[in-house]
Amino acid sequence: MSQATTTVQAEHEHPPFLQHHFTGMQQQFDATKLGMWLFLVTEVLLFGGLFVGYGIMRAKHPEAFMAAHHHLNRTMGALNTIVLLVSSFTMVMGVWAAQTSRKRLLILFLVLTLLCAGTFLGVKFFEYQHKFEEGLLPGNFYTHQGDTVPGQFMFFSFYFMMTGLHGFHVVGGMCAITWLLIRAIRGDFSASYYGPVDLVGLYWHLVDLIWIYLFPLMYLIS
Amino acid sequence: MNWLQSFLLPKAAATHASEVDGLFMFIIYLTVFFFFFNGALIFYAAHRWRRRSAGEVTPHTTHNTKLELIWSIIPLMVVMMIFFWGFKGYISAAVAPNDATEIVVTAKKWVWQFEYPDGTRTLNDLHVPLNKPVKLIMHSEDVIHSFFVPTFRLKRDVLPGRYTEIWFTATEPGVQQVFCAEYCGKGHSDMLAKIHVDTDEQYETFLREGDEQVRQMPLKDLGRLVYENKGCATCHSVDGTRGQGPSWKGIFGQVHQGTDGKGHLVDENYIRESILYPQAVVVQGFEPIMPTFQGLLREREILGVIEYIKSLK
Amino acid sequence: MADAHTLTGTGGATAHAHGDYLDDPKGIKSWLTTVDHKRIGIMYLWSITFFMIVGGLFAMLIRIEHLTPAKTIMDAEMYNRVFTLHGAIMVFLVIIPAIPGSLGNFALPLLLGAKDVAFPRINLMSLYLYWIGALMALGTLFMGGVDTGWTFYTPYSTTTGGGVTLMVFAAFVLGFSSIFTGVNFIATVHKLRAPGMGWFEMPLFCWGMYSTALIQILATPVLGITLLLLAMERLFHIGIFDAQLGGDPVLFQHFFWFYSHPAVYIMILPAMAVMSEVIPVFSKKTIFGYKAIAFSSVAIALVGFFVWAHHMFVAGMSVYAGAIFSFLTFFIAIPSAIKVFNWIATMWQGSIELKTPMLYAISFLLLFTIGGLTGMFLASLSTDVHLHDTYFVVAHFHYVMAGSNLIALLAGLHYWWPKMFGRMYDESLGRIGAVLVFIGFNATFLPQFVMGSRGMPRRYFNYLPQFQALHVASTIGAVILAVGLFLTLANLLASFRRPKGMVDNPWGGKTLEWATSSPPTTHNFEGQPVPLHGPYDYRPVPAPIGSEVHTG
Repeated sequence: MSQATTTVQAEHEHPPFLQHHFTGMQQQFDATKLGMWLFLVTEVLLFGGLFVGYGIMRAKHPEAFMAAHHHLNRTMGALNTIVLLVSSFTMVMGVWAAQTSRKRLLILFLVLTLLCAGTFLGVKFFEYQHKFEEGLLPGNFYTHQGDTVPGQFMFFSFYFMMTGLHGFHVVGGMCAITWLLIRAIRGDFSASYYGPVDLVGLYWHLVDLIWIYLFPLMYLIS
Repeated sequence: MNWLQSFLLPKAAATHASEVDGLFMFIIYLTVFFFFFNGALIFYAAHRWRRRSAGEVTPHTTHNTKLELIWSIIPLMVVMMIFFWGFKGYISAAVAPNDATEIVVTAKKWVWQFEYPDGTRTLNDLHVPLNKPVKLIMHSEDVIHSFFVPTFRLKRDVLPGRYTEIWFTATEPGVQQVFCAEYCGKGHSDMLAKIHVDTDEQYETFLREGDEQVRQMPLKDLGRLVYENKGCATCHSVDGTRGQGPSWKGIFGQVHQGTDGKGHLVDENYIRESILYPQAVVVQGFEPIMPTFQGLLREREILGVIEYIKSLK
Repeated sequence: MADAHTLTGTGGATAHAHGDYLDDPKGIKSWLTTVDHKRIGIMYLWSITFFMIVGGLFAMLIRIEHLTPAKTIMDAEMYNRVFTLHGAIMVFLVIIPAIPGSLGNFALPLLLGAKDVAFPRINLMSLYLYWIGALMALGTLFMGGVDTGWTFYTPYSTTTGGGVTLMVFAAFVLGFSSIFTGVNFIATVHKLRAPGMGWFEMPLFCWGMYSTALIQILATPVLGITLLLLAMERLFHIGIFDAQLGGDPVLFQHFFWFYSHPAVYIMILPAMAVMSEVIPVFSKKTIFGYKAIAFSSVAIALVGFFVWAHHMFVAGMSVYAGAIFSFLTFFIAIPSAIKVFNWIATMWQGSIELKTPMLYAISFLLLFTIGGLTGMFLASLSTDVHLHDTYFVVAHFHYVMAGSNLIALLAGLHYWWPKMFGRMYDESLGRIGAVLVFIGFNATFLPQFVMGSRGMPRRYFNYLPQFQALHVASTIGAVILAVGLFLTLANLLASFRRPKGMVDNPWGGKTLEWATSSPPTTHNFEGQPVPLHGPYDYRPVPAPIGSEVHTG
């Protein structure tokens, strides 16, 4: 007649990185991985809104977008694409190193990933600097002289919003990788606990993937 | 149940309003019915099966497929019917007949301006003929507004940078209320207008002589209104500054030197002639660029301009 | 209480290894740094209560202003700021987080037999983001307020002065708070159910929270980016929503409603979730049509994404787009109707006890019936043209958002109050409160339906004298509603003067949260609870879990 439950005694042997509310490492790994995937879905939708806005405005002003994209430096864009692809590869290798308990390789790959991310931001910095000098800026800050096609400021509104938001994500990813690096040096990760490396890896691939879409949309219209 | 309809809805005054009202009242009856139906079931259950002792045993009814199908399919059929009914009304209100009178509506914070096919403009008062289709072509000069006529069951947003259209055929003579229904700031609730549904005769009078307000306005004020609204101000100043054409300040009673070499006294007939046949006399030093206003100004408006020029000393 | 069940089972109410979560550990700091879902839920509860009072005061100012057709106590500019803040606070700070933040955080892990939500620290971060967003929203008061309405329609919102940009960022931050709650709930439901608890052995509250969370994570990011674009438009004139610069102001409405319509279901699904717990318990009868209720929640969540443009039938859409959105909107009506009938069928032949939570549940059923049915006027194209942006819409969304969500919050609060605090409120005052709230609510908003269908536009400072009688009636109703709500609040707070010492399961609930002490210990359960039977099995001898598959 009464509410009935039985209880299972909690295990007393407690792995060091197991949070109290999970019953085991596997459950913790599965839950955090699901959580990361859900977070990535929200990220895709966040950028998705911008992509839709870009698509609609480009359909409305095709000439302006076409003319404006010639101001971008394709070589630098392509270089950045390659840099990010390489960083994705080193991140994958990092996850593999963590899974197989290779501490020194893990540190190496994390450092390489960080270097790639830094290179990406460096290249981006020079690109931005160039745009600032020429007055190729969003909205009413657009001061570029000698345009033959009006309305190019709209393209740069999107260029800065999208690459800027992406840049924030790169910086966020670098913070996360630095955190991993500290923990890796401390020796936290091994075949029995590599969840955080895996999760940051997922996030990093998304950052990479968004750039893969941004690059042709911004640099390669035509 | 006519009393319910006249309690809930303002008196319909346009052709397609009755169809909207039919659907509205149908959903009202449906709402009232289901509210009392559900309410009765709930109160019956709460009374009939209220707990009498702690250990009461209830039947373990987890589902009943037949019942559940019934209460899924019946609402589905009802809402589909409502959908098609509503769609039909919407479609019939969407396309204006070809012979509709076209009036341009300009909304700005916080006034409605109406421009008729003959160029007449009115502010916050729209005159339309009774029992004839009228099409409004609307746009906004600033933020989004919405043209709402409750008695016509009609509403359409008025957007900047785009035209929206509505049409209607008014069926009741008299005055109908227009509201702005899209929030537009401080004066939103004062952005009202009136639709004057005129008989053919009244509408003719309006087109010939302007609306009540214009007919009663002193001539001098009417002249200023014409000066501001009909483009005179682009070329003629009223403060003595030289523009594309001579300033109006203090010219009444003066003598103008024409390009024909003669002097012309500026009097009532001279001004009238200049408005209707601008090339007859062109003042020396000015280009013959003034267009004729024949057919664009009413008799009384020409008199108004003359009185206005007289007043500028 | 005579019919209360006492708990048995190892480590039941008597022997605690951990203390009562309210007192263990003690101190403000331990609360502010807690990762305990119950404490976070309680802090959400008090925050939401606070903002509900603030938003309610703004509502009272609006009602007082409308006692006369022209100026009564404030001018038009002040009025515009007041209704904007009322809307923004009530939507972003109260209704959206109300049930998930407070009851959801508190009860979801308990109902699942879990120790906590999947990501306790992210849960705490969600609360802090809520506070930061709330402070930003209140901060706009010092920047001249906001007068755009909570919908921020462009180009008005990009051209008016005041603290619009700050308010937009506040809503952006609150959006992330909501996303974090959503991510947490989905992961919790997927991964932290008690051993043996299959998807269809979860209490329906969990299905409701799950559907809510789906919308939170799928829709809120789009709001985030929309608000970011709006802020950029204000700061840099990027042109996307500005017709003069080649943009499209109506695009904002599409973006905005793509979030904000599903957000309506963020408000209603949790309310339905509460109903599915309260009604079976006070009818002492198994829920009727478990799967129908579960799937209709998910169906509402998904179909809710394809109906956003029904807010724009008069905004210059093509006739065919209007037809499609109207058609899809009607489909939402079906799962909602199914649920209502299922709840009534649950009461049928039950053993019904009209305690305060059940009175609120009945009140919900009636108000939701009105709210849902009046939605048909607005889903249908030709009638919506007449009613759009009038008080009819105002009344309708107050019935579905405030009427249903607030009433369900009160139902859930009275239901779980003894679980939360181990104390019982005064039952008869609770019932009086419930009846006053019901009467006050209807007296406030029924006149607004009539005003609206007679042509009174919303957001009007001045109005035509012909509407005055209805406005006065509505204001009187608002006073009754306010009295009822304050009586309810006072009654709940007065329970803190009574000693703890609640029986653990005062209502005889069969779900897992009643299998631990009231209030629960810090770790919820001693050991891992395993449900022995379904969540709503009220038979004298319940069927063992897994032996019976719910169908239908």
